[in-house]
Amino acid sequence: MSAAMRRRAVLALPYAWLTLFFLVPFMIVLKISLAESVIGIPPYTALLATDGWQLHVSGESYRRLASDDLYALAYLNAIKFAGVSTVFCLLLGYPLAYGIVRAPRRWRSLLLLLVILPFWTSFLIRVYAWIGLLSGNGVINNTLLALGLVHQPLTLLNNAFAIYVGIVYSYLPFMVLPLYAQLEKLDPALLEAAADLGCRPWRAFCRVTLPLSLPGIAAGALLVFIPAVGEFVIPDLLGGPNTLMIGKVLWDEFFANHDWPMAASVAVAMLAVLILPMGFIRRLLQGETA
Amino acid sequence: MTATAAARPSAAAAHLRIEAVVKRFAPDAAAAVDGVSLDIAPGEFFALLGPSGCGKTTLLRLLAGFETPDEGRILIAGADMAGVPPYRRPVNMMFQSYALFPHLTVAQNVGFGLKQDRLPKREREARVAAMLDLVKLGRLAQRKPHQLSGGERQRVALARALAQEPKLVLLDEPLAALDRKLREETRFELVRIQHRVGITFLMVTHDQEEAMSMASRIAVMSQGRIVQLGTPQEIYETPANRFVADFIGGVNLLEGRVLRAHDGLIEIDSAEAGAILVVEHPVLAAGSTVAIAVRPEKIVFAPPAAAANRLEARVRGLAYRGEASTYEVELASGKLLRVTQVNAVRQAPAYAAGDSISLGFAPGAAVVLAP
Repeated sequence: MSAAMRRRAVLALPYAWLTLFFLVPFMIVLKISLAESVIGIPPYTALLATDGWQLHVSGESYRRLASDDLYALAYLNAIKFAGVSTVFCLLLGYPLAYGIVRAPRRWRSLLLLLVILPFWTSFLIRVYAWIGLLSGNGVINNTLLALGLVHQPLTLLNNAFAIYVGIVYSYLPFMVLPLYAQLEKLDPALLEAAADLGCRPWRAFCRVTLPLSLPGIAAGALLVFIPAVGEFVIPDLLGGPNTLMIGKVLWDEFFANHDWPMAASVAVAMLAVLILPMGFIRRLLQGETA
Repeated sequence: MTATAAARPSAAAAHLRIEAVVKRFAPDAAAAVDGVSLDIAPGEFFALLGPSGCGKTTLLRLLAGFETPDEGRILIAGADMAGVPPYRRPVNMMFQSYALFPHLTVAQNVGFGLKQDRLPKREREARVAAMLDLVKLGRLAQRKPHQLSGGERQRVALARALAQEPKLVLLDEPLAALDRKLREETRFELVRIQHRVGITFLMVTHDQEEAMSMASRIAVMSQGRIVQLGTPQEIYETPANRFVADFIGGVNLLEGRVLRAHDGLIEIDSAEAGAILVVEHPVLAAGSTVAIAVRPEKIVFAPPAAAANRLEARVRGLAYRGEASTYEVELASGKLLRVTQVNAVRQAPAYAAGDSISLGFAPGAAVVLAP
């Protein structure tokens, strides 16, 4: 095997793996989304009828998706929650990543380790732990009551606030790590050059550090935003029963209503919704480096 | 080639005064800059020359304001720079790595400081164009730094350092990242540009040839101190001590004891040379031990039989360099000397290893070094 072929194989194998195990399940989901819901096993009609090879394509689930405001609202809500959380992750994560980069070298690996330390515990358990912190007789309320700062417990759980707390907390490391990687590459001489040319530290940050960290911001924002849009566990556990987020709607369609075609069409539409911001950010970055 | 004497001072050029500046990076560490005092005239092209770790870059960073002196004062155009942050100093630096902003075009890099100064757009564009013209980069104005060659980046860095019309430009090893041929061309270019803008240039370099060919005056630094200050010629021809003699160009050192002094000459009994050496020098007490320095190019082969300082030697090796050849010769005492002969004619007589030769130097060619 030649060197060029080996190089291609190194790339081709993982991509073949990814393609296979992304595309095949996706095709199955797409197929189900075009079927009709029935009571039985499986709970949907076959796309290819066994009698006479006829295609039975139904747009019923997509028609409901488009006509019922609930779904559009759930998508918009999910995008809002994910978007606002991404902004907060950036506002918290940027100073954190910057601080780690500027810390003495011997501290850096420890500080980075602390950022990813939460991953050592199950995601589910960490979200559960927030219930213990936020509930009416949870740690935060008990502390505030004991200090006499409030006279009756604050409603911290089962609302939008709890969802934001949960998402920002859970996804912060995904923002910090790409930002750290980007900021760490920044040559300190560039900031000295900016200062030498008349920039106060804040101006040097705006004119040099910030534009040069845009790829890290974009990577971090995508890593937070995309999974947050489809997030189910956090809104379910912390947001209470009235939360309208698309991940939760999908779960309900699948497990509560047993409407597989509907759940599948929600999933297909979510993918379409997520591809849009990705394309937008890619455009933005290409404009920056061109 | 010795560069011109001090360039004409312009209105923008400033007097730089460094008074007994000391800088320590840790309280118990040796001082990186140890009591340096300097006066640099407006419009001068000055070089700080020394081996790596001698404190020259630290001194430059103290002037730019990136470091704060522990003792002493820095005055630029009479103004004390104590407590003045880098962004308020009338100084611009050309960084050794150039530190060009990778996300900005050449024109935006050059105009970076002007934009910070809130210069109107038209004026700014005109100044950027003039600066790019000065360094002959006008056609590359819209390129990004990564699309430039090393030499082009170096000129962008220079244009950026000059754009704000600073009173003083600091150049940190400005030619170190260029290849040899480009480096030699750029020397002339830098001197020409400095002449045209008339701004005071302070250059840091470890390359003695670079310092001598460009600067009007040189301060040789070692271990945080200035060991000699003077014109390139003074530093080369009358080095103050062994360190300077050895650091600036090649040198042969011969040790001996002073026999007597007469008529501005001293006679030295040198076991190493195996002869009585005669060197031009004011009176020195008989009996004192001295070292004399003779540059390799000041030793001649086959001197007249009656000449002073005539030594017998054997050729050990030869390095042919084109314009000159350097011989390594061994005296009877085993002492090795280096001798450079200019290849003035195409078939210059070449000595081979093992040949016996006689060599010598004029009494005025050698320098007596302080012990």
